[in-house]
Formats: sequence, structure tokens, C-alpha cells
Amino acid sequence: MTELSPTAFWISSWAKVMFVFTVLMVAVAYMTYAERRVSAFIQDRLGPNRVGPFGLLQPIADGIKNILKEETMPATANRTFFVLAPALSIIPALVTFAVIPFAAPLGTPWGVVDMIVADIPIGILFVLALASLGVYGLFLAGWSSNNKYAFLGGVRSSAQMVSYEVALGLSLIPVLMLAGNVTLTEIVWQQQQLGFWYFLPLSLAFVLFVISAFAETNRLPFDLPEAESELITGYHTEYSGMKFSMFFIAEYAHIITASALMATLFLGGWSVPFWSGDHMFWHEGALISGFTAAGEPIAADPAWWKTLLTLLSFALKTAFFAFVFIWVRWTLPRFRYDQVMHLGWKVMLPTAIAYVIGMAAAILLLDQLGIEGFLFGAILTVLSGIATLFFVFVVDRDRVIGGGAVTTQSLRSARVPVGPAREVASVGEPPSASIER
Amino acid sequence: MTPLPFFGYLWILKRECFHKPSHRGLMSSSYLPVLILFGVSIVNAVGMLVAAHVLNPRRPTEQKDMPYESGMIPLGDTRARFSVKFYMVAISFIIFDLEAIFLIPWAVEMRYLGWEGFIAVSIFTAILVIGLVYEWRKGGLDWDE
Repeated sequence: MTELSPTAFWISSWAKVMFVFTVLMVAVAYMTYAERRVSAFIQDRLGPNRVGPFGLLQPIADGIKNILKEETMPATANRTFFVLAPALSIIPALVTFAVIPFAAPLGTPWGVVDMIVADIPIGILFVLALASLGVYGLFLAGWSSNNKYAFLGGVRSSAQMVSYEVALGLSLIPVLMLAGNVTLTEIVWQQQQLGFWYFLPLSLAFVLFVISAFAETNRLPFDLPEAESELITGYHTEYSGMKFSMFFIAEYAHIITASALMATLFLGGWSVPFWSGDHMFWHEGALISGFTAAGEPIAADPAWWKTLLTLLSFALKTAFFAFVFIWVRWTLPRFRYDQVMHLGWKVMLPTAIAYVIGMAAAILLLDQLGIEGFLFGAILTVLSGIATLFFVFVVDRDRVIGGGAVTTQSLRSARVPVGPAREVASVGEPPSASIER
Repeated sequence: MTPLPFFGYLWILKRECFHKPSHRGLMSSSYLPVLILFGVSIVNAVGMLVAAHVLNPRRPTEQKDMPYESGMIPLGDTRARFSVKFYMVAISFIIFDLEAIFLIPWAVEMRYLGWEGFIAVSIFTAILVIGLVYEWRKGGLDWDE
């Protein structure tokens, strides 16, 4: 199994780019449909079901409507940035997908084609770089509209996104420690080799990554930039027609990319569970499926059905996380802004730093004791499990996992009067009936 | 095979810090497909803007061109002063995001660097944690007053 010739590489690159782009845009269109149907299901309604069978043509109808609608722009707006902002928010969301492997390599008569747009050596750094670029679209939209609500939404979104980017970056460190490389191809391979997908041995990193990803995509419970109860719709208040649509396309593309990243980093990417036939990796110019006990590489056996099966596995994992995004949106209430900042800087950041140092010590200790393979993964799973339970029940105290701290206990304690009423009671007068209740 | 200029610094970081030889030929790790996807995304974004501009009707009125302020005539200037806390967040972000970036090369090589690397990184992290504790105690992270 050899690598491709330059011509074949060029043609296959174009084919993969077109495939990824088309699938992403169709997936984005049907995410809007899925959001409306799932929310309808959660709220015991029907949702869109008139355009086409089961309402499946609804996204197309919406697209045609939006492109034909009049676009308004405030006379006082900064025209250049106002037009540039939707484009700036949509481009990074699509380009991030370039470094995510979506299936096992495919053997063709011209050589082996990798099922990834570009297997560049910087991998995860590219993802982080593009995640940082996403904030520009939002902030420029808010700033250039010359609208107070939009401006506040833009400022909030930039502060929120940079706050959670810190936790996002730090939650990736344990993954890199175990994988030993920044390319997503090798992260998938190392998960196959360990026999544990990283959501088990690195469960706390997984929890932190998921929470940060929700904040980065501005989804509930972190949709402060577009909190409609206080900021109309935040940074895109002044946008209408196709430009408004483009912000939505960008949001859903971000959700799909984030879901694909969660699947790749923590759920074994395109790996099929409990099956070693799909293990494939480039090692010293040859495609291998593993090593013998003596350390000799075993040649891999790529096949079209393996590629299809792994593509299905990847699609299912991504769809699962995309569903979780929708599910959470229609279940949890929104945070207050001070709660968002408190969580990001006082809870997520210290936890992430402590977890990085703790995991590094644990891995080095296990290496020193010579523990490998299944036992290595199992010990890390137990340690991380303890850390995650500690985070959920002690550090987090229902801030995120419990959904905004609305528990019976907090409701009961909220009824106890504070201030003057308590002072009156302490002086010795009998408490009134209302306090008693 | 030059990468996009604004990713250049990442490329240098990778070249200087990641000692492992690439398992792949030069071509397979090419940045060219990223450029193609980048181009397709730009064409798509510009296409959407232009198509909407050509197809949609334009009937501006004075009321439509006013910034939306809940149906009222806008009052005051949008470019008003806002809380200095956003600035504090931006400064803290630079420090801790750089920490994450500095930790990445160590994380990749951690199991080869062993305890020496671990102690070095612990000292580095401890200094930043002292900074975080200071900012916390001084109230730089408080938003609920």
C-alpha cells in the first residue's frame, strides 16, 4: 500500500474538499430542521411538518425565503464591517473541519486515500487557532451595527469566548499527554492502541471540554451574547435576510464541528467499538494495523466497506453530540453573566490546571512502575472517575451539571427571610405567621 | 508547500518543539487542501452575500434605517463607556491562553521528558497560579457587585 502520486493527490484533495463542504452544508440545513423537530418533541408539539414529507423540505423553503428577503442596515452602521462580519463568522466554522479524520483510509488502484482533508502536522493547534478567529465575526457584527444591544452582545460574546477558550485549551493537554502527538489522526490511532477511548481515562477533561465547547458555540446555557430577554437578539439584532441566515449557518456549523471534535478526541473518532479490523495508521511510509509482540509492524488491510463502516461510526458519534447540543438547549435555563464568568475563571480554570498536573504525575508514576496496556487505562479511568465525581459534587455544586442550581434545598432556603426580619426575630419577638411558613 | 502566513508561527512552534520525525511523506502532510477548503468557504460566503444583494428588494425608509431600540428613537451614543472588567478578562486571557500554548509542546513530549520536565512545568504553573490567586483576592474576577 503506497502513497498517492501528485496528480492523484490533487484530484483526491478536491474530491474530499467538495465532499466535506457539501456534507457540512446539508448537515447544517438539517440541524435547523432537527432543532425545530426535537424542540417540538420535547415540548409536546408537532414542529414543521407541512413542507414535503415530515416537513423534510422545510430547510430549503427557509433558505429560499431568506435569500429573497429585504436586508436592512442602519444608516449609522459601519458598512464594511457590517457586511464582512457574517462572512468572517462562517469561514472559520467550515475550515476547522479540514483537520478532522472522518473515516478509515480507503484503498484505491492509485494508492491509499486518507479520509481527512489535510493531515497537517499541527493538527489541534490549527483547531485552536480557528476557534480564536470565530470571535471576530461576532464582535465586529456587534460593533459595526451601531446599536446598543448589538454592541453589548458583541462585548459579552468576546469576553465569554476568550474566558472559555482558556479552559478549552487546558482540557486538551491531558489528551496530548496520552496521545503524544497533536495530529488528530494519531490521537485516533493511540485510542485504538490503548483500547480505551479517552472519555474513560480522561473523563474530567471530557467534561471540561464539553462545557467549554457549549460556551464557545454560544449555546444555552451559555447564550448570553444573544439573550433575547435582555438584548433583543444580541450581536445580530440589526441583521436580516441572508446575512442573518449566515450567522445561523455559522452557529450550526460550529456545533457540528464541536461535536465532531468531541467524537474524535474522546470517543475514538471513526473507530468502531470492540473491533480491531479498522485499526489503520501511517508508520514510516507504510499503512499498518498494529505491532507484533516483537515490535514488527503488521500491514493493514484497507477496504471500501471498512471505510463506509467507519464513516457511519463517525457520523453516529457526531450526530449523538449534535443531539445533546439541542437537548441541552431545550432543557436548561440560561446563566446570569456573573455566573458565566465565575464558572469560567474560578471553577473551570483552577480545575483544569489541577487536573493537568495530577494526570501528568499519574501517567509518569505508572510509566515508572512499568504498568502498560489494559491496567494502565483502567487505573487512569478510576483516578479520573474520582476526579470527575469530586468536580461534580464538590467543586461544581450543581452550577453546571445540576442546571443552574435550582434544587429543592436552594428553593427552601430562598424562602427564609433575610435582613430586617431576621434581626426582629433575634431580638426575641415571636415570629409572625408568614415567617413560620 | 508554504503554510498560510498567519499560521506560520504555529508551524515554527511545531518545527522547533516537536522532535518526532513525520511518519508521512511531505506531500501527504501538505497544507494545500486546507487552502482549497479555505477558498471554497470564501467563495461560498461571498456568493451568499452577492446572491442576496442581487435578488432581494430594497425599499429603504427613514424608520427602517434607524438602529433598533425597542421601537423608540435611539437615545445617546452607542460608543459609550463600558465596564473595565471586560478589559481585565482580555488581559487574563492572554496570560492563561499563552500558558496553554506553552504546555502543549511539553504535553506531547511529557512521557519522554519524565520527572525533570514535570518539575519544570509545575514551577511554571505555580507562578501563574500565584498570579491567579492574587487577581482573585483583589477582586479582579468578581462580576456580582
